[in-house]
Amino acid sequence: MTWLNDVVQGLLLGGLYALFATGLSLMFGVMRLVNLAHGDLSIVAAFLALAIVDTVPVNPLWTVPLVVPLMFGVGYLLQRGLLNYTLRGGDPLPPVLVTFGLSIILQNLLLEVFSADSQGLDAGRIEDASIRVSDRLAVGWFPLLTLLVGIAVLAGLQLLIGRTRLGRAFRATADDPEAASLVGLDHRHVYAMATGIALATVAIAGIFLGIRTTFAPSVGPTRLIFAFEAVVIGGLGSLWGTLLGGLVLGVAQTLGAQLSPGWGVLAGHLVFLAVLAFRPTGLLGKAVPA
Amino acid sequence: MSGAVAAPALRVQRATLASRVGLVVGVVAVAVLAAGPLWARDSALRTLVGFFTLLALAAMWNLLAGYAGLVSIGQQAYVGLGAYGLLYFADTLGLNLFVSVLVAGLVGALVAVPTAALAFRLRGGYFAIGTWVIAEVYRLVVSNVSQLGGGSGLTLRAASAYDRTARLFATYELALAVGVGAVVLGYLLLRRRLGLALTAIRDQEAAAQRLGVDVFRTKFLVYVVAAFGCSLAGAVVYLNLLRVQPEAAFSVNWTAFMIFIVVIGGVGTIEGPIIGTIVFFVLQETLSGHGAWYLVLLGAVAVLVTLLARRGLWGLVAGRTGWSLFPVQRRLQELHPTEGR
Repeated sequence: MTWLNDVVQGLLLGGLYALFATGLSLMFGVMRLVNLAHGDLSIVAAFLALAIVDTVPVNPLWTVPLVVPLMFGVGYLLQRGLLNYTLRGGDPLPPVLVTFGLSIILQNLLLEVFSADSQGLDAGRIEDASIRVSDRLAVGWFPLLTLLVGIAVLAGLQLLIGRTRLGRAFRATADDPEAASLVGLDHRHVYAMATGIALATVAIAGIFLGIRTTFAPSVGPTRLIFAFEAVVIGGLGSLWGTLLGGLVLGVAQTLGAQLSPGWGVLAGHLVFLAVLAFRPTGLLGKAVPA
Repeated sequence: MSGAVAAPALRVQRATLASRVGLVVGVVAVAVLAAGPLWARDSALRTLVGFFTLLALAAMWNLLAGYAGLVSIGQQAYVGLGAYGLLYFADTLGLNLFVSVLVAGLVGALVAVPTAALAFRLRGGYFAIGTWVIAEVYRLVVSNVSQLGGGSGLTLRAASAYDRTARLFATYELALAVGVGAVVLGYLLLRRRLGLALTAIRDQEAAAQRLGVDVFRTKFLVYVVAAFGCSLAGAVVYLNLLRVQPEAAFSVNWTAFMIFIVVIGGVGTIEGPIIGTIVFFVLQETLSGHGAWYLVLLGAVAVLVTLLARRGLWGLVAGRTGWSLFPVQRRLQELHPTEGR
């Protein structure tokens, strides 16, 4: 029965990965931009929460209402002040180079400010509390909360895209930025809103990561890679696919680690490569690969 | 073809004054460097080994990103494979140390074939992360193989059979050959038909495809060549360092340095990696004492150069002066009536 426990723990871990992947998926969907600093920005959010908790002794979960709008603002300004300029002319090089440069800058700034030490956010009793289903199966409250928040964020985003004016602007600009600007949509603003929302989700992911495990300035790229794998496994352009991709990745890593402690992350990578080889559009992806 | 009609007689000109001067200066420079063991101290030779291998890596990354539009963040895969290939063939199979370097390069090229088949399913930014993931896979696999020393790595034992100084000299000449070879190889590739195809892809991929360029095949070829070059350079790096660890050999920093060098020097120009490697080395020697701030600065410079000066430092120079040390373009020149009869 331990495998059942592993699958359940893997699904819960997958909730966190889905949370990380949502913003990456949204930015790519709206403007075909792959933000290589995605993981590092989540670590920035975790350190922001740490700085708040160090100043005012509150439960780190209470920093969410502060850090999320802050990261939204960071995202909006980042897109308008920098990333929009990489998208001119349709050259594929600048977005990759600029966001990779940004990733290196953020990692090393964090290193200078917070040192290379591993840090953690202490959320108190919720971290250890669990629901005992049977002798061999226990579901932790916090991982469960993470999964539920991940699903809620994805559902909220789905509603936003499908039902609101802003969502319509996202879809219109994604289809054809020039035509969208003809009907009065400023794509620079629309893109900035998308990045703002993406970083808001990244902020939640970063804080939840910080509560679940330790983090350091150098771990951003790993978060980017897991988020990317979740997006590709699930299928580009599908938000529910991203959730499924996160869950598959979480289960693959947990089962892999069960076989041998060194094989957890590798098992996740292999599932990603298998999807790339045999189903390049992803499990729920639309027909056109990126 | 006597000029009875008004059609001017034309000649395809490929060399320029700057390129002729550059060729002479280049040949002299390579000759002086090749005589390095005669005039340089051992520590300087070791630094130059680092310089030449970095130049080779940057030249390869420039071929990938600057010409084939393949922005790989996974070239550390080949540095690591080159290092472990050298170790495996020299120590485990007992092949000659210097032949093992070449074989390690070939191993990298061989591994690049299935890697490309997978990675080419992704484009743009996703290709970048995809190559990174594949490099991580190789790192994790190597870390889990105990014959290769696992996570703690191995030392190149075959090197101890050689005299220290003789080995350093040989490593130095090999590094020089790999560095200069990478630049010259890129130049020769670009002067050929493949170069036209690559330049067309660099400028407008869709248009190149429509003009009959086999985009996939061209990119595939460049990817395999770059893998060969990076593996060869990786093998030479570890021929110099002797101690191989998966974390270091497969570190993404290798690719980060390639990117900084090429972007600052001039992406999509043959001269760029040379200028970039010199600038990178000067910055490293003067600023590396400032730790992380040095990398913050490098990152910021790369971002600014990408946005404000797309073809880097060399692009600025060439734009002002029209110089081209490695002319790959073809210029039409009108023949003077007395010429070329």
